[in-house]
Amino acid sequence: MPEKLKNKEMIIEDPSVEQTKLRRRAFAGQILVGVIIVFFWEFLTRIGWLDSYYWSSPSTIVRTGWTAITQGTLLQDLAYTSGSTILGFILGTAGGYLLGLSFWWSALYSRIFEPYMIAFNAIPKLALAPVLVIMFGIGFDSKVILAFLMTIIVAAIAAYSGVQNVDPDLEKMLVSLGAKRRHVFMKVVVPTTIPWIVSILKINISLALAGTIVGEFISSRQGIGRMILYAGQVLNIDLVWVGVVVLSLLSIVMYLGTVWLERVLMKGRTPKS
Amino acid sequence: MSELKIVNCSKYYKKNGEPMCALEETDMHVENGRFVSIIGPSGCGKSTLFNIVAGLIRPSSGEVLLDGKDITCESGHVGYMLQKDLLLPWRSILDNVIIGLEIRGVPKKKARERALPMLKNYGLGGFEYDHPDALSGGMRQRAGLIRTLLYDQDVILLDEPFGALDAQTRMQMQNWLLQIWKDFKKTILFVTHDIDEAIYLSDEIYVFTHRPGKIKAKIEVELPRPRNEKTLMDDRFLTLKRELLLMLGEERVSSE
Repeated sequence: MPEKLKNKEMIIEDPSVEQTKLRRRAFAGQILVGVIIVFFWEFLTRIGWLDSYYWSSPSTIVRTGWTAITQGTLLQDLAYTSGSTILGFILGTAGGYLLGLSFWWSALYSRIFEPYMIAFNAIPKLALAPVLVIMFGIGFDSKVILAFLMTIIVAAIAAYSGVQNVDPDLEKMLVSLGAKRRHVFMKVVVPTTIPWIVSILKINISLALAGTIVGEFISSRQGIGRMILYAGQVLNIDLVWVGVVVLSLLSIVMYLGTVWLERVLMKGRTPKS
Repeated sequence: MSELKIVNCSKYYKKNGEPMCALEETDMHVENGRFVSIIGPSGCGKSTLFNIVAGLIRPSSGEVLLDGKDITCESGHVGYMLQKDLLLPWRSILDNVIIGLEIRGVPKKKARERALPMLKNYGLGGFEYDHPDALSGGMRQRAGLIRTLLYDQDVILLDEPFGALDAQTRMQMQNWLLQIWKDFKKTILFVTHDIDEAIYLSDEIYVFTHRPGKIKAKIEVELPRPRNEKTLMDDRFLTLKRELLLMLGEERVSSE
């Protein structure tokens, strides 16, 4: 051992300890930044640098929100909006995934339908919202269908890309072990496409939410979207802010849900970079 | 008993309307329990022949007989392994090697019980529950071969299984393969570019010509077994090596 190192204490690093330390400090930093933003928002509206008529303020938002919960229908609205978003998201993503997977079974079928899928993707679905509301009514169904339409093609395209990335040698290997097409499908095609569908979960959850909100804007008796529209019409800007904050919170919760789902689906494999 | 006969098999493709020959009419007879190698330049139709024997492609003519039974165009009668290990990255090593049994309908639990001692005895003990990403190239090839063995066919086709490995690992793997071949008494058909590897492992060597692929010569190795490092310096080994080098050299010249 060289002379220099002899008297010094040996340093052995534990990468997992370092990681935990980093994670804790990052978390503390994240909280701190949030607190600073809320603080300045509150502070600047109080001293009048920001006009509290337009910007409201965190304390007013909390107060208005509390009133909306206790005396209004905020919680029912939240349940309504999150219900149609999540339902539309699940139906759209699962349906799109199955649609994309189905293209694996026949080259002829996939060739025929591929241009139609792309064309359907190009239609701005939100522009159809008024028609859909007339077709399916102003209730829950039209919102679910909007969220569904927003998400299905994105999922189908992702799954189809995954299908096209299936390693033909893996197929060959399985066939040499006596596999039929359904075995290849279940054991190779489905697992190969999972990272592809996982990668669009986060995009789809926000698309579904956009679909629902627009549906509620067009015409609805319930929901956060309707509440925001109504509050805007009566110039109750504090209540608009309550709606925006609640939607952000809903979006964050659903995002965390997809992160969890991702972890479950990708268990035991390194994520595709 | 398992005896593989390739009778008059050929493969022609059409390219721009012109017929192209990938493999000329070929006859081959592999007796039970023999280790037979095919050697030749790239593009000599080795892989075409393998795909025909494995039943993955339809020959333009001829048939493949296993113990006298026609298995042309039928997959699943012979074990088949490629240069790539083709392990499924989302499955553990244990679950990778049992996939053939799973497809055949053996319950997972039973299949695992059968596979575990095999992994242990053939150098994969302690890695059963790891995913392929965590293993070295040699280890992954072992897993690939054990998967083929567990499928339990008497004839195994190996298409350059050690082609991607470094020289050291390669030597180890060759001895490992000979051990397995001895223990399981399989009939092996082995494709390689490597002359030393062909001589070291085989009972017979078929030399293929460059495009169009056909058999140029059949050589009996006749080196004693078990083989080891000393085999590599045996006079018979060196004679064969010279013979094969000249033969493949001719091929290279004729293809230029």
